[in-house]
Amino acid sequence: MSQSEREIVIPSQYLGECDQFKSGRGTFIENGKIYSQIIGILQRNEKYLNVISLKGKYDAVTGDTVIGIIDAAMSSSWLVNINAPYPALLHVNEVPWRVEFNETDKYLNSGDTIMTVVSSVDMEKKLQVSMKDRNLFKIKGGTIIDVEPSKIPRIIGKKGSMIQLLKKYTQCRIFVGKNGRIWIDGKQDMIGKAIQAIKLIEKESISFGLTDKIEDFLKHNSDLKEV
Amino acid sequence: MKSDKQLIDETGIRSDGRKPDELRNVIIKAGVLHRADGSCYLEWGGNKVIAAVYGPREAIPRHSQNSLRAIVNARYNMAAFSVDDRKRPGPDRRSREISKVISEALEKVILTDYYPRAAIDVNIEVLNAEAGTRCAGLTAAGVALADAGIPLKDIPVACAAGKIGATEEDGTFTGGHVVLDLGKEEDNFGNADLPIAIAPRTNEILLLQMDGHLSSDEFERALDYAIKGCHDISKLQKEALLKKYNVSEGDE
Repeated sequence: MSQSEREIVIPSQYLGECDQFKSGRGTFIENGKIYSQIIGILQRNEKYLNVISLKGKYDAVTGDTVIGIIDAAMSSSWLVNINAPYPALLHVNEVPWRVEFNETDKYLNSGDTIMTVVSSVDMEKKLQVSMKDRNLFKIKGGTIIDVEPSKIPRIIGKKGSMIQLLKKYTQCRIFVGKNGRIWIDGKQDMIGKAIQAIKLIEKESISFGLTDKIEDFLKHNSDLKEV
Repeated sequence: MKSDKQLIDETGIRSDGRKPDELRNVIIKAGVLHRADGSCYLEWGGNKVIAAVYGPREAIPRHSQNSLRAIVNARYNMAAFSVDDRKRPGPDRRSREISKVISEALEKVILTDYYPRAAIDVNIEVLNAEAGTRCAGLTAAGVALADAGIPLKDIPVACAAGKIGATEEDGTFTGGHVVLDLGKEEDNFGNADLPIAIAPRTNEILLLQMDGHLSSDEFERALDYAIKGCHDISKLQKEALLKKYNVSEGDE
């Protein structure tokens, strides 16, 4: 993010000419002109004009690690809510256990929470998720909070700087799903503090020097339990 | 319907003190509801309207899904306490018609092909009615859609124009003034009402209805008035959206 100011744009706002820039995410072209299609923050690269959305549903992309909540157990699969417009399918072949037919509810039931990865998104936006990977598991304990999916990159920070900071000062296990769900496990008061910090990041995600601000916040609130 | 009341005087001042091309006072607030994905509260003269947007989410029932694009369901509803006499609650002929025309107007500006099989639900609730609720409702729905982060080609906006003050003699009308944004009495006792909705960037017409009679000359003038009114309201819509995001997201 090299530009000096962050400009908020609204749908149908004129952004630039087609022959100067390429139309990136969140924009569309009409008569050689580029317009924004969503409410968001304008990002001007050398070539591209992107609009990073401020709000909206999670747009599933293959390979994203997400946190899902089981909606229903069917005879050979589960339906998982991953905060996308559509429920995702988790087939019994895609879980790390051997599940007999009609015994899906012995392993995962409606309301259970899982770390999972989006394995396919097709033309009709039919979603499939998989748990066949080492670091995917059923979540037990801890707390899950919801944030805007578009704010996730801010919470992770440059090369994970922000999330490292959170982990360092709160001594919590934190997993961030790309779909805007965050799982935090640790001591109860520390979970509370992590949530406060994340809400602060979400609220001030546009401002600059946020990492330092959050570090101040975390230090200030943990002077007794300084690590 | 006839009344002896004069709707417009010789100097061109209307019964509520407005000039022929003057809008009523409009206040727009974006993002007023927490449970909805996007919302808007709008006051337009005596009209008070809330619009809430849910989705995109999987369309239910299944047979209503379109595998190529999202469907848009707008639901216009008047609260029982919105009018002088109690309005019998529930959908009626009028509200179903308005729901349909608003759905079709919104469908034109939403980039529906991003969300196949999904539904976008728009609920428009009229809390207080005073002529021009369909315009107020559609205008509020436009802000609520943008607030929900739904991709739009344009923020739709609606406004009405009409004709008042003509004298009737044996079924022929003489005189009369074309005016912008009819008020309650002008709507009830006027000669014609022309609500339109446009996409302000391209001036594409999304909705056009007419009640009463206008000559083609008067129609052209009323349309020009209404389009000008739409552009004025459109500015307020954009201000409301920017205000919400600059306040809640702004760097302090």
